[in-house]
Formats: sequence, C-alpha cells, structure tokens
Amino acid sequence: MSKSFDSGDVYIKPSRDIAARVMVDEMVIMSVKDSKVFSLNPSATLIWSAADGSTPLREIVARTLVSEFEIDAETAYRDAVELVKELAQEGILLLADHPIGQERA
Amino acid sequence: MSTILENLNSKAIQLGIPLGVHLDVTWRCNERCVHCYLDHDDLGEMSYDEIEDLMSQMAAAGVFFLTISGGEPMLRSDIFPILRRARELTFNVKLKTNGILIREKEAALIRELGVDTVQVSIYSHRPEVHDAITKVKGSLERSLSAIRFMVSSGLKVTMANVVMKQTRFDYPGVQKLAAEVGAMFTIDPTITPHINGDRSLLALNVSREDLRDIMNDKTIAGATEDQFVAVAPGADEDYMDNIPCSAGHSACYVSPYGDVYPCVQFPLPSGNVRQQKFIDIWKYSPQLEEVRSIRTRDLPVCSTCAHSSGCSRCPGLAYMEGNMRGPSTADCEKSFASTGVPSANMLLRAASQKADR
Repeated sequence: MSKSFDSGDVYIKPSRDIAARVMVDEMVIMSVKDSKVFSLNPSATLIWSAADGSTPLREIVARTLVSEFEIDAETAYRDAVELVKELAQEGILLLADHPIGQERA
Repeated sequence: MSTILENLNSKAIQLGIPLGVHLDVTWRCNERCVHCYLDHDDLGEMSYDEIEDLMSQMAAAGVFFLTISGGEPMLRSDIFPILRRARELTFNVKLKTNGILIREKEAALIRELGVDTVQVSIYSHRPEVHDAITKVKGSLERSLSAIRFMVSSGLKVTMANVVMKQTRFDYPGVQKLAAEVGAMFTIDPTITPHINGDRSLLALNVSREDLRDIMNDKTIAGATEDQFVAVAPGADEDYMDNIPCSAGHSACYVSPYGDVYPCVQFPLPSGNVRQQKFIDIWKYSPQLEEVRSIRTRDLPVCSTCAHSSGCSRCPGLAYMEGNMRGPSTADCEKSFASTGVPSANMLLRAASQKADR
C-alpha cells in the first residue's frame, strides 16, 4: 500500500485462504492458514460482501454503511479503514491501491 | 473449540442451518479395507454438474464445513474441479483420502486450492499389518509418502488411526509416526456396521478389556473425545431437553448417488437431491424432522442411565441396532471402559439374560 487511505483509492478483496459464510446477518470467516475464526458484525459484513477488488473502499462505504445506516460518510469511511486494516493484518483481506484481479494472496 | 465456533454451532441448531455436510463423491476405492462399511461399485454417482449444483445449493443453505470423502475421492477424474469449485464457494473443506494417488504435484494443488485439512487413515506403523487391512501391498508407504508431500506443501494433515483387533497394540507406533512426519493424530476405537445393516464387521472391535486400556491411556489424551472420565453428574432437567447430537440438526450426509442421511453413520434415507432441492430435504424431510424432534428425555433407556449427561451416544449406531431412540451398544462399552460403571442398557441386558436363565 503506497497510497494514503485519504485518497480513497483503496481496493479490498477477501484472501483466497479463507472459508466464509453469512449466518443470517453476520459473516463467519475461518483462516485456512491458522484456523483462526472471525465473526463480523452486520455492518462489517456489508463491507466484506462488497469487497470485489474492483470497487474503491470509499464507494463501498457510500453504498453500504452510509445508505443503509444513514451515518456521516467521513466517520463511516474512517471506521471502515480501521476495519479493513485489521482484517488485512490478520491476513484474511487483501488491500491494494489498485484494483485487485484474479491474482491470489 | 473457539467461542465463535461454539456460538456458530448453537446458532445453526437454533435456526435450523446445515452448518456441516459430509459429501461422499464416490464409493469406489483403490483399497479394500477389511472394516469398511461401504460398497465399492459405482451405482451411478453424481456427475460434476450435479455436484456443482448441489454445492451451490448447500452454500446458499448456509453450509460452512464441507467434508469431501468417499470411497477414495481422488479416484474421480474431476476431483480437482470439485475441490476448486468448493473453495470458490468459500466452504471450509476437509478432504478424507487414503493418499495413494497423491504425489508432490497433487499435494501442491490441494494446498493451492486452500483445502483446510486432509485426513488420511493409517492403521498401523507396520507395513505388513496396514497393508493386510487395506489389502493393497505397499499402501502404507504410498499413504505416508502422500502425507509427507502434503505436510511439506503446508497442508494440515491428520493421521486417523482406527483401532481394531489386528491393530490393538499399534496406535502408539502410529502416533509416533504422526509426530515424526508433522501430522496430527486421532484415534477411533469404534468399528461401525456396514451401511447395508450387516453387523458382522463388529467382530473386528477390540475386546472390552482392550477398550478399557485404550480409553484410559493418558498418552493419547486429546486424540479421542472419549477419554477417561469420572461418571458425569446426573442429568438435570435442562440436560433432558438437549439434543442427542448434531446429526440432522446442524449436519447431514450426502452419498455419491444424492441420497441424504442425517449422518454418514446414520443411514436413515431422508431424500435424494436428484429429486428434490437440498434445502427442501433439509427443512421438510419427515425423517429429518423426526430425528430433530428427539430430546434426551425421549430416550427410554439412555435417559435413565448414569452416563446420560457424559455419554457420546451415537443415534446412528442406535438406529443401526434397530431403534434411533435406543442405546448404542458401542457407546455403552466406551462409557463402561472409561468409568468402570455399567450403562443402564448393560444392566438391563444382564437382568434380561439372568431372567432367561
């Protein structure tokens, strides 16, 4: 990640090394590498589900959190950035400053 | 189990979601294990398209854990497309194989596809014993070679040891072997009847005395869920409302022919995915509904047993004994072996035999 999150040109995509399923409105994720299990709340699930590698994070946030929960766009984006950083650190989400294609983590 | 997984399982049971499915993609096999509970003829197994459609339906139904097994699943020429599609649908995939067809290239591909765990059955560390069970000369060496390739490629591999009369004293050797190659180790001291109901395979089970020694062997602590335990506290009212196991509640089995059962060890025909949608069978099958209706209090013998709250009673084995609400003798034996306290079923049988005399 060379660009700043502030530019908005951040792209996210689930790592290949995960298993994931939505259970009602929560996403359950298991890392294949270390069997660590994660549970995302409904708003994080919305972001994860839209993480297609080609839609900028700022746009995902606008489409999901801002429109669904009617919250301030900047606050929502900051929260989303914290979330995706954490998930990337855990190795279950890919982050890039360019669209992420079919390449694997 | 992590708290998240415990919550996930509770939620799945509460909401009626099939969290885990065991899918046999073939019953064909390149081994002929003496204790195997399956037939090995191909009676018209599902095509790739049928399996692909089924897996899509299962993902939509909420299935998270998918065990792909057989028979020997690697005998299918389309096993890699099946695994690839399973992973695209983001299942947590466990593969059960004998490893005979897995070399370096296959091991690397299984790892690349993101399969979570691979389980390989190793019956003995002695080639002559293992190979006599599989009836395939050189099978131990081939399976061990596959395990080494898979561990080297970064896969989590479990060496599963089925204890039977022929292998009674071999599990420490297999455990040592697992440690040497970097695999996990599990042990299962239960031989199950043939899926067609034939119970002659049970003659391979170890003796009661041997089972007691195995169940009390602290060197395999954690390798089996049925370890030495004191008799569990008496069952209270809350426990009586519990479900006997996850079969039909959050898990089920699908055969290569599309037949749905509550569990691989519970051959109660509950529908066929070639005739009905998976979710319709899961939700509305009268057989699965009956299985789901049973609570501990509904078990006429087991609910009165000293082991009722600590027993790993298998309703499928009970079903194969003739009554899904009845006791499972194999589990009675395990409870007795662990504690020295006979089960209610054992006491009843002893009383009945005495009366007959």
